[in-house]
Amino acid sequence: MSRVRVLAGTRKGAFILTSDGKREQWDVSGPHFAGWELYHLKGSPVDPNRIYASQTSGWFGQLIQRSDDGGKTWHQPGTPPGEKPASGPPKAVSNKFVYDTSTETGKPLTTHQFYDGTQHPWEFKRVWHLEPSLTDPDTVYAGVEDAALFRSTDGGQNWHELSGLRGHGTGPKWQPGAGGMCLHTIILDPSDPKRIFIAISAAGAFRTDDGGATWKPINKGLYSQYIPNPTAEIGHCVHHVAMNPTRPRVLFMQKHWDVMRSDDAGDSWTEVSGNLPTDFGFVIDVHAHEPETIYVVPIKSDGEHYVMDGKLRVYRSRTGGNEWEALTKGLPQSNCYVNVLRDAMAVDSLDKCGVYFGTTGGQVYCSADAGDNWNPIVRDLPAVLSVEVQTLA
Amino acid sequence: MIRVILPPHLRTLAHVGSEVTIEVDGPVTQRSVLDALETRYPMLRGTIRDHVTQQRRPFLRFFACEQDLSHEPPDAPLPDAVASGKEPFVVLGAIAGG
Repeated sequence: MSRVRVLAGTRKGAFILTSDGKREQWDVSGPHFAGWELYHLKGSPVDPNRIYASQTSGWFGQLIQRSDDGGKTWHQPGTPPGEKPASGPPKAVSNKFVYDTSTETGKPLTTHQFYDGTQHPWEFKRVWHLEPSLTDPDTVYAGVEDAALFRSTDGGQNWHELSGLRGHGTGPKWQPGAGGMCLHTIILDPSDPKRIFIAISAAGAFRTDDGGATWKPINKGLYSQYIPNPTAEIGHCVHHVAMNPTRPRVLFMQKHWDVMRSDDAGDSWTEVSGNLPTDFGFVIDVHAHEPETIYVVPIKSDGEHYVMDGKLRVYRSRTGGNEWEALTKGLPQSNCYVNVLRDAMAVDSLDKCGVYFGTTGGQVYCSADAGDNWNPIVRDLPAVLSVEVQTLA
Repeated sequence: MIRVILPPHLRTLAHVGSEVTIEVDGPVTQRSVLDALETRYPMLRGTIRDHVTQQRRPFLRFFACEQDLSHEPPDAPLPDAVASGKEPFVVLGAIAGG
């Protein structure tokens, strides 16, 4: 029977939640890396036992952890388990993210806008998102803060920046969102191995068509009233972008205000907020089998990062946007003031598509019927930062 | 042998107890002690000093013999009591945050 494995990153560790295809009874494992912020965990689509995790803390910096057995055990890829080098530095340093400023492959380290409009040096802080390759378990991409894209081709042991993004020219105009200047979304096009979509708060969305060597901003059609030029090419605070793999040219975006849709791989966008009670939010995702069915969790406003009216409501559109319905069965409808962060929603690929999300209140909810009904898997975790789900045969 | 006391999270990371002992060749300084520590426990690289700048991470401090050595130059000799193994070199994490 099929099984699902939910990977939840929280402010105080990672939790792995597993169930069979019914998705009714759950086993909870964790906290792994207790006390650390686990910004993101994601498994390889090629080898589901291979999972990568971003473990970070303000005290001790960034670590990359890898599991080769589905999350039972973990190790830092650069340090062979149980082995200590006799002398000298380790051969691989899996936690080292250094911006590439080499003359051969790098770009100069410039500055970017800071909160106060001054220019600020580019400084690595943490890995926000890990995106394993669709074809190779040893290849994985990392989106980092300050925004840049890195790639490892040796299972996370070494990381090299794809500097063409940071250095393509608009960098000095990028600015941080409240959470930092983060590259939080990485989408690999299943139909074109050289095409990648990324999104940065608060620079916008970008696309490469040559494997990361060159990039172009894809923000035409976005409108952000709080920046000097509301329709500028750069400077929009994109919160998340989602794609159904069967429709790689169709993208959905949750922005800092506005839900958007593109039908041409990001070359242009149109607003599809429609009848949402508020179109501020962080998450967005697409049904695994219905490419026009999308999900968001509306958040009251940019000044009040919690759901509206004390009600936790997921909204679903079966028409690719504009027409939305509230999904509430099993979700608290009073005295609820949680947020759902940008990487904290996921879908499985079982026959009745399962939808999952985690809240800053520490709940992880599951719907085993595409959103019609919801149940909490766990209620009292630390604040959830990210949710991913693996569908296991 | 030099005694080093690590903060709890780094003990967990390195799979060690509260105190470790390491061998340091040459002068016993912050730099040489941390180099030896990271050689022995490579999973700690980047957690006490920034990977690139080698600067002490802001939320960590260094103590020994009841003195705060955090702002001492990294190549300054540590107290004799540390070099002799009588006193430990303490890496302490801030208790700020939660």
